[in-house]
Amino acid sequence: MTRTHAEPDWVADLKLVAASQDAAAFARLFAHFAPRVKAFLMKSGADEAMAEECAQDVMATVWRKAALFDPSRASASTWIFTIARNRRIDMLRRQRRPEPEDLTWGPEAEPDQLDTLSLQQETRRLTQALETLPEKQRVLIERAYFGDLSHSEIAEATGLPLGTIKSRIRIALDRLRHAMSHESIPK
Amino acid sequence: MIRHHLTDDLLMAYSAGTLPEAFSLIVATHVSLCDDCRARLEAYDAVGGSLLDQLLPQVSMAPDALAATMQKIAMSDAEDARASPPRPAHRVFPEPLYGYVGGDLDHVRWRAVGGGVRQAILNTSSEASARLLYIPGGVAVPDHGHHGMELTLVLQGAFRDEHDRFGPGDIEIATEETQHTPVAEPGLDCICLAVTDAPLKFSGLLPRLAQPFLRI
Repeated sequence: MTRTHAEPDWVADLKLVAASQDAAAFARLFAHFAPRVKAFLMKSGADEAMAEECAQDVMATVWRKAALFDPSRASASTWIFTIARNRRIDMLRRQRRPEPEDLTWGPEAEPDQLDTLSLQQETRRLTQALETLPEKQRVLIERAYFGDLSHSEIAEATGLPLGTIKSRIRIALDRLRHAMSHESIPK
Repeated sequence: MIRHHLTDDLLMAYSAGTLPEAFSLIVATHVSLCDDCRARLEAYDAVGGSLLDQLLPQVSMAPDALAATMQKIAMSDAEDARASPPRPAHRVFPEPLYGYVGGDLDHVRWRAVGGGVRQAILNTSSEASARLLYIPGGVAVPDHGHHGMELTLVLQGAFRDEHDRFGPGDIEIATEETQHTPVAEPGLDCICLAVTDAPLKFSGLLPRLAQPFLRI
């Protein structure tokens, strides 16, 4: 495990919010993520008042949808990013955001513990890999995610080392599909 | 078995949230059918998550932000009670497309465009257009090139062009250079979702005359 003791466990906090509407866990998530979401929205072109308002909306969605968070497929920051991105599309472009069909765990099934650990570990590796990218490529990727690149410009920002995290997510998806296909069969 | 997938640039642009609405619709629909592309997409989402996590916020939230958020949560609890209506178990359209059509295949308002081919334009933002195509088995779609990019996702049946075969879940990516004549395979009628960022240019005279009426 490369995890340091100082690093907070956002997955555990999201589970606490989902399971028992834990206000203290939510306050920890809020202190870390709300200013980042606000900064993300401002970098994407929102003014401060709008970014503040939307960051609060995003965190309210985190509270309401915490039970849908699947830690075997995404880290907390990934999941919150997707909520913030959708809010940005809604806010700045006033468009609908078509989303893929949900794949969610049934009420009885739970994401596999090992899958969760490996995914969280892969995410940290990806973060480190991004940190060590050449400045030019890193800036290009940031611009892409802050909504600053057109689709044709984005082609130059692809080619990231995503192989390992992609295969972890694929394994989690296979397990989920398996669980879904057995859901209706009585044991 | 899906053989034709989305490209990295489309997945990354969808993850970054910068695609026109019509393109987002076809990406979301393909991802609903294809776990390989879903895994690739979620990997790109992880890049966005890492960037978000590493943002050193030079801004702070308003002093009462947490309390204001808890208030929003309390107020929205009532709204959440209304669940979306249940979906039929077996349907041709995955959820994102089902939402745009307002139902499954039997809810599409088709218009004939000649040769037995029918289409239905979906309501998206104007930077790009999305339409459903209905091509009877064995029938060809008029020969056409493209000004911009055209993506075609097969939902039912299959078609072939000079280059390859496209079955359910497959997505064809055609660019300026692509000049082709897709033909629906005999058998089950072929239903596709097609998205383009520029009007199509047909090579035959009649289809060209018809173009302004078809809005394609």
